[in-house]
Amino acid sequence: MLRITDLHANAGDKPILKGLTLNVNGGEVHAIMGPNGSGKSTLAHVLAGRPGYTVTGGEVLYKSSPLFDLAPEVRAREGVFLAYQYPVELPGVSNLYFLRSALNAIRKHRGEPDIDAIDFLAIAKEKAKLVDMDEALVKRNVNEGFSGGEKKRNEIFQMAVLEPSLAILDETDSGLDIDALRTVARGVNKLRSEDRAMIVVTHYQRLLEYIVPDFVHVLIDGKIALSGGKELALELESKGYEWLEKEPAGAH
Amino acid sequence: MTQTISAPRTESNRLLADLTSAEYAAGFVTDIASDAIPAGLSEDVVRLISAKKGEPEWLLDFRLKAFRHWQTMPVPIWARVHYPPIDFQSIVYYSAPKQKLDGPKSLAEVDPKLLETYEKLGVPLHERAALAGVAVDAVFDSVSVATTFKDKLHEVGVIFGSFSEAVREHPELVKKYLGSVVPYSDNFYAALNSAVFSDGSFCYIPKGVKCPMELSTYFRINAKNTGQFERTLIIADDDAAVSYLEGCTAPMRDENQLHAAVVELVAHENAKIKYSTVQNWYPGDKDGKGGIYNFVTKRGACRGNNSKISWTQVETGSAITWKYPSCILQGDNSVGEFYSVALANNRQQADTGTKMIHIGKNTRSTIVSKGISAGHGQNTYRGLVKIGKNAEGARNYSQCDSLLLGSNCGAHTFPYIDVQNPTAQMEHEATTSKISDDQIFYFQSRGLATEDAVSMIVNGFCKEVIKELPMEFAVEAQKLLGLSLEGSVG
Repeated sequence: MLRITDLHANAGDKPILKGLTLNVNGGEVHAIMGPNGSGKSTLAHVLAGRPGYTVTGGEVLYKSSPLFDLAPEVRAREGVFLAYQYPVELPGVSNLYFLRSALNAIRKHRGEPDIDAIDFLAIAKEKAKLVDMDEALVKRNVNEGFSGGEKKRNEIFQMAVLEPSLAILDETDSGLDIDALRTVARGVNKLRSEDRAMIVVTHYQRLLEYIVPDFVHVLIDGKIALSGGKELALELESKGYEWLEKEPAGAH
Repeated sequence: MTQTISAPRTESNRLLADLTSAEYAAGFVTDIASDAIPAGLSEDVVRLISAKKGEPEWLLDFRLKAFRHWQTMPVPIWARVHYPPIDFQSIVYYSAPKQKLDGPKSLAEVDPKLLETYEKLGVPLHERAALAGVAVDAVFDSVSVATTFKDKLHEVGVIFGSFSEAVREHPELVKKYLGSVVPYSDNFYAALNSAVFSDGSFCYIPKGVKCPMELSTYFRINAKNTGQFERTLIIADDDAAVSYLEGCTAPMRDENQLHAAVVELVAHENAKIKYSTVQNWYPGDKDGKGGIYNFVTKRGACRGNNSKISWTQVETGSAITWKYPSCILQGDNSVGEFYSVALANNRQQADTGTKMIHIGKNTRSTIVSKGISAGHGQNTYRGLVKIGKNAEGARNYSQCDSLLLGSNCGAHTFPYIDVQNPTAQMEHEATTSKISDDQIFYFQSRGLATEDAVSMIVNGFCKEVIKELPMEFAVEAQKLLGLSLEGSVG
């Protein structure tokens, strides 16, 4: 699904990713952990194609083709989805209209016919249940006046509607209380499937209690310092990141 | 209180600048023989125009008084727009497509080239079933060339047709109302219009009649170096109601052309007038060459109690727009509304807004103004809310929102408030926003291209105004906004 080899990238002029290598197969959930400033969010943004980041080296293959050849909107149409840490408000743009336009852009890309407003409403209602999203919220303007938890829920709702192949969840747990976290995690778990890969970027182990990953990677100074199974997250919880920062990469 | 905001420079501006502008679709010229008088303005020219139209003495007098007054007036310079001085002697004040002296009797007599022109513009002059809901008066340069559905309207007593025809057939009505809302001495361009106006639309809705279809006028400037000075007069008698639409386009030309219209509305007791405009005059090219100077005076008088006048405008065209559709709320409980979207892209300048003059008791007014600035466009909202000393219980709500696309444009707001009655209630809200890079990327990361992002944000921004337009017009306006912004922003 995704093959990242020796990726180097700058945020602005500052080198952040310094030789990151990662393979993600369909059906797998990979957690990316690490201290602040290690490059977790940069990785998420570079994969989605956010302006302001420059790839300076390495290669990323998505479904066996170079990802960086594609414009951000084309990546999305090809099935790359970024769930934002800080979802943006779109005043005046209704959630339903926004999502139907997005879904139809993806369908058009695949040569499929448009979905009309009535059929889409049925889809939206069904998917909203996955994250216990209030129907009123579904019909409101995108994230406008939403609480932090509602915004995160809306991200997962969008993911449910758009059915991506590769979902990147950027600090989806930040700012959520435990109930909201459980709801969001339950939604994500329902979307796990054989042909969908997920990269879950998080600072804390807490989220991984609810979204249990197949692999955990620790990102230190722009590189994967350590990889392991889900138990690695617990080890990090008790030991912190400091011991890894002092040792050279791969010494564990 | 003034508020002047220029957008900061951001990353996306480069992107904005890279994209090219959409073509102006209505920019073609119709090759048709015209009967034009030489350029220049004098009393003789005023007399000539009046003679060409075979006007009665009282109308010539009105014109001459206006002309003499106009000569004493200075060119207004208070608007926040900049352009070289206009040479009023280089303008042709009358141009008409050649046709029979008293105009065509029916559509069958209208020059096919003219019909074709309106066909190309999407204006229905054939009374087709699909478009049976709208009656159209088509004004080409200085004259009205066709009016549809006249007979059907006549059955219910509605008078709708060209202004010249109204002067011939209903002189008592024209005489009674002409200049009663906008006197010839009102302002420089109103005085000019009063002296040289050539044609326009006239509409009278008799007592108790709800006009059975939308009425509309489509203005087209075609001839070169010609000014267009039309005059529209709409009267809704007691308990009458009408919805009126106005559309405008002009060919692409390198020189500027002047359009100085006057629109007067009169609403008697319990009458309702809804006046909608989609203005798409040629805006000039990317560098500001050419385009229409749109200097228009529009005013409605709510004369009777419980009357209502509602202005809705979507202004996407013209090099310069200078226009303040206003309401004089004389009757008790009368209502004035102003809903506006004004767009200034490339080098366009718009100084537009409204005046709500509260005179009667418990009068209410609502102002919703949405300004969009892109490219090097400069957009100004200028509005006056005046509550007279006898306007007990008057209320006004004003909302002025500005949206900036890119970093080289400007949005400016000049709200004037004059309250002379302590029982009045006023609310004023204003916002300025900019489409952020983060918003654009949010759309992209969901599979939507930059153009879709801009059009969805702009349409969301204008939603409150667009929903006030009659349905066919709303669709048209949305398309127009999309087209006018295409490629200019991101």
